[in-house]
Amino acid sequence: MRRRRLGTLALAALPLAFLGYFFVYPLVSILIRGLAPGGDFDGAPLVDVLTSGDLRGVAWFTLWQAAASTALTLIIGLPGAYVLARFRFPGRRLVRAAVTIPFVLPTVVVGTAFIALLGPGGPLGVDLRRTIWAILLAHVFYNYAVVVRTVGSFWERIDPALEEAARVLGASRWEAFRRVTLPLLRPAIASASSIVFLFTFTSFGVILILGGLQFATLEVEIWRQAVGLLDNSTAAALALLQLAGVGLLLAAYARYQERRAVQFQVGSTRTTARIPATPGAKLLVAGNVGLMAVLLGSPLAVLILRSLRSSGRFTFDFYRDLGESAGSVLFVPPLEAVGNSLRFALTATIVAIVVGMLAAAVVAYRSGPLARGFDTLLMLPLGTSAVTIGFGFLVALGEPVDLRTSFWIVPLAHALIAIPFVVRTAAPLMRSVRRRLREAAAMLGAGPGRVWREIDLPIVRRAALVGAAFAFAVSLGEFGATSFIVRPDAPTLPVAIFRLLSQPGGITFGRAMALSVILMVLTGAAVFAIERFRAGEAADF
Amino acid sequence: MRPLLARILLLIAGLAVLAAACGESRPDEIVLMTHDSFAVPEETLLAFEEDSGVAVRVLPSGDAGSMVNQAILTKDNPVADVLFGIDNTFLSRALAEDLFIPYESAGLDAVDPELILDPQHRVTPIDFGDVCLNYDKEAFGPDLPPPQTLADLTDARYRGMLVVEDPASSSPGLAFLLATIAAFPDDAAYTWTDYWADLRDNDVRVEAGWEAAYYGSFSGGSAEGDRPLVVSYASSPPAEVIFADPRPDEAPTGVITDGCFRQIEFAGILAGTDAEEAAGEFIDFMLSTTFQNEVPLNMFVFPANRQATLPPEFVEHTQVPESPRTVDPELIAENRNEWIQTWTEIMR
Repeated sequence: MRRRRLGTLALAALPLAFLGYFFVYPLVSILIRGLAPGGDFDGAPLVDVLTSGDLRGVAWFTLWQAAASTALTLIIGLPGAYVLARFRFPGRRLVRAAVTIPFVLPTVVVGTAFIALLGPGGPLGVDLRRTIWAILLAHVFYNYAVVVRTVGSFWERIDPALEEAARVLGASRWEAFRRVTLPLLRPAIASASSIVFLFTFTSFGVILILGGLQFATLEVEIWRQAVGLLDNSTAAALALLQLAGVGLLLAAYARYQERRAVQFQVGSTRTTARIPATPGAKLLVAGNVGLMAVLLGSPLAVLILRSLRSSGRFTFDFYRDLGESAGSVLFVPPLEAVGNSLRFALTATIVAIVVGMLAAAVVAYRSGPLARGFDTLLMLPLGTSAVTIGFGFLVALGEPVDLRTSFWIVPLAHALIAIPFVVRTAAPLMRSVRRRLREAAAMLGAGPGRVWREIDLPIVRRAALVGAAFAFAVSLGEFGATSFIVRPDAPTLPVAIFRLLSQPGGITFGRAMALSVILMVLTGAAVFAIERFRAGEAADF
Repeated sequence: MRPLLARILLLIAGLAVLAAACGESRPDEIVLMTHDSFAVPEETLLAFEEDSGVAVRVLPSGDAGSMVNQAILTKDNPVADVLFGIDNTFLSRALAEDLFIPYESAGLDAVDPELILDPQHRVTPIDFGDVCLNYDKEAFGPDLPPPQTLADLTDARYRGMLVVEDPASSSPGLAFLLATIAAFPDDAAYTWTDYWADLRDNDVRVEAGWEAAYYGSFSGGSAEGDRPLVVSYASSPPAEVIFADPRPDEAPTGVITDGCFRQIEFAGILAGTDAEEAAGEFIDFMLSTTFQNEVPLNMFVFPANRQATLPPEFVEHTQVPESPRTVDPELIAENRNEWIQTWTEIMR
């Protein structure tokens, strides 16, 4: 028992140190700064925030729109996850890589595409701008990949023989799904839901651009206070409120997750994916791929079209001219931006995988209140406002080594957001490895190292690759705190896009769209490459 | 082991000498904290390095509000030596926080005294620009001339045509709100709150930021929206010419010169710097024509130095409002929150 505890501690040490120094410490520093400005705690802003009717409304909206967005993403995403996990069809890997693309696109860019699509002149024919539907649809657009990939990678490990056995025993198709597959999938669904929930709970750009004045989340309010009004006390009080809400929800989630984990026999993708043979199966595949094309593809198509159109004619000028400066330093050479983006993303991914996989092992193999607390801590950065984290870095990371203006600050901020993804994709897979399989191997004479290598490692590797794809995408898209920290002057693709969009003009707009398309292609290619890895290694099973 | 240890010790000793050398003489580098819209050619900054022997490292820090708050949060242990890009709407707050060391640059002689808002010279004006209403020339003609004044915008003929930015989240949005406050002050019979209530009833649209308002909602120039009037900059029409291919003879958008708000951008030496002298030299440099000549076409604002040369394409398509509105920075700092709050209540 003691050795076991020591082992856990050894696994948890690095993640704890990482989160302690790069999350808890900055967070506490900025909260103290806001709530105890002169060294004495001042509860007034907290009381103001808690008693304000407006802010109660904001808190309530934050909660229900996140719940609704999560539910909608699940309803639309689960059939997609099923299709991509269970069927083999031409272009499947491409589709699976492509669904990740929306995930990285800056909200300013997506916002203008959504406004074009949801306006009265759009294909829907109704004006959905500034309605809750615009927000919900954009949230599905951004988070679809989370459900498809997290649940999908789990689903393809479930042996279809289990469901077939239930069918043989007389269960209907629906009953077999509900009573056999669904319970097995539950940990992955819970995992994906928790991430989607946190992402939409802290939604910022989508709400600002598509929601207009009548909608505001806590995240938006924190940003308004801190950046618009320079009121760090109210911002800190709001951040504390947001943190408490997220913490409570995560704690409840961790309890649920632990109770529900089921171990089962993992199968190989070779046996679980089949070619859609029946008309029903074909319809299902075609329907879901069609849905993805409309939901995810149409905003992307708007961007591509805009990047190819100049004063009413088709042209590749915006791509060709990307290298030219046109007399302005607004234009970051795209190769430079791509290089910076890749460098940050690679660093962030490595950090996130190392820290995240260790953390996932703790979460997967240990239980009890401590392990639950650890799990909650890991997820918290995703539910913390970007302004809070960014400003926290500034306040806390000046000493002993001044990290605030170093190269590392950006990948570290990205890794903080990427770690929950790694943990959430890896832990359910790791947990699913049957204990009996391990015991059998041990009984046959394999040492603990060999057991881990032969039984766990193949699954761990798969999990790490799914996590890596997300970590890479998170970093490429520059989510989270990076817009609120001082950065080394190394413009990434999203930064270059923002710079272009800061001035009017056909060329700046066209080039911004062209750079967005380059970002899309880069993301698709990176995820596709990681997928190839995965496919190559499936033979290990 | 021995030689390795010796080598490490030597390295440490070398570094210590190097560090000591840096401490007493001029710094190799100064750090410039600025907002994300800062832009000058690399050669310009290299020119400073050549003259002074001091390199400039640029730290983009988000938008103006984000940058100012970051400077406030780090004032005990600043990340930079010079800050550029604080405007008159944030100025008083920054001065109250004692962010800057006074420095009176000799270059101020060439600057319009109206731009020098701090008599103690804790900040130095570098450039200015006007936030103005832009209109889509195609949408207006002899039947319906573009509006001439702020008051015209409440006219039913211009119903559903205007898009503005939220002053809580956008700097031009705040500037336009301030222009309306200057035009319809609180002690007048018809106040700015009345004006905004009328604008609301005339179906004004509010977007979160300039990008969404201009590219998403405005119909003029390169934009693809459905509204012909937008709050933007006096320098947006020249940008529509310069960043168009082929370049049109005439800008597709125009500026309404009533109701413009003048934004002045300042630079200051951050208190706590250990490179005060070099930082002062950099302020001088920012006022020199080498830097000031680059300002128009890179940042689309006017140089503060009157001796700077303005590029012809910039002058030709830019209208400079004769009497832009201003509000005392002191007054802005005092009332900013309340004004934004009141505005939000009217518009929500």
